[in-house]
Amino acid sequence: MGCSGGRAPGRLPGVRGGEPRSRRRSAAAMSGSLSRAAAALLRWGRGAGGGLRAPGVRAAGSGGDGGGRSAAQLDTLVKKDKVVVFLKGTPEQPQCGFSNAVVQILRLHGVRDYAAYNVLDDPQLRQGIKDYSNWPTIPQVYLNGEFVGGCDILLQMHQNGDLVEELKKLGIRSALLDEKKDQDSK
Amino acid sequence: MLSGQLVRHLFSMAGRVCLSRSSAGLGTIGPVEAAIRTKLEQALNPEVLELRNESDAHAVPPGSETHFRVAVVSSRFEGLSPLQRHRLVHAALSEELAGRVHALAIQTRTPAQWEGKTKDSLGRLFLINMGPYK
Repeated sequence: MGCSGGRAPGRLPGVRGGEPRSRRRSAAAMSGSLSRAAAALLRWGRGAGGGLRAPGVRAAGSGGDGGGRSAAQLDTLVKKDKVVVFLKGTPEQPQCGFSNAVVQILRLHGVRDYAAYNVLDDPQLRQGIKDYSNWPTIPQVYLNGEFVGGCDILLQMHQNGDLVEELKKLGIRSALLDEKKDQDSK
Repeated sequence: MLSGQLVRHLFSMAGRVCLSRSSAGLGTIGPVEAAIRTKLEQALNPEVLELRNESDAHAVPPGSETHFRVAVVSSRFEGLSPLQRHRLVHAALSEELAGRVHALAIQTRTPAQWEGKTKDSLGRLFLINMGPYK
């Protein structure tokens, strides 16, 4: 599931869930002087490497390098973080219902430390990632450098429990497990 | 569990579409929709093929053929991962996806999965015999 074509369709109303705490901080950081165009890469929460990474916005591919998106570059990009998503819009403001669905699924599992690239800010990335994954639509989800699929597949994995297992392999404990435990203990 | 709510949420989103769809004139099948149907039938020989034009729910001119949802039951999906199944659908519709079609939601099942749909909560997401997504 996802969008492939020209402009992003308007976000469908009434689907935004609550914002996780850590995201609010990064949203606040964003509302400053950073232009949306520079916000190709958003990141928040703690880094996987253990150190505290300040929540905030880092630009990917805007400004400086300006070059094409080679397969090697994209290869590095998708492997740099355990969870990588390519969205239309940002996790705070998805510009497409399918991208929003991916964000909400990750939120539900308590996955907060993931790299989100906004393809609307970067036409080269937008086409490049489609070519790289041989997948015609956005959003796209990568776990541990491996292409998982788009919104439909992530949703399916969420429903059949595979996502919990896949996250576990990455050392990420799904928040849904804790929720379940709470329910069981009641 | 919360996930049930999420699923309902997600599908109310994808699903606003379907709400409007019922009033969207079922009799009008555009050329793109017809092409999608033909190509999927040829490529996948499906036992069940449901196709919806959901464009009306998006910010596109009336009568557009840009946003589709498809559900396919085919024995070609046997032994394939979801990713591989979706790739088959993409391959069959490469021309459309490279052209006017902006969005394509895909659900794939094998005949066995489809048979067992009453026991499978996934089956409830399927298009067939479903009212609007809530």
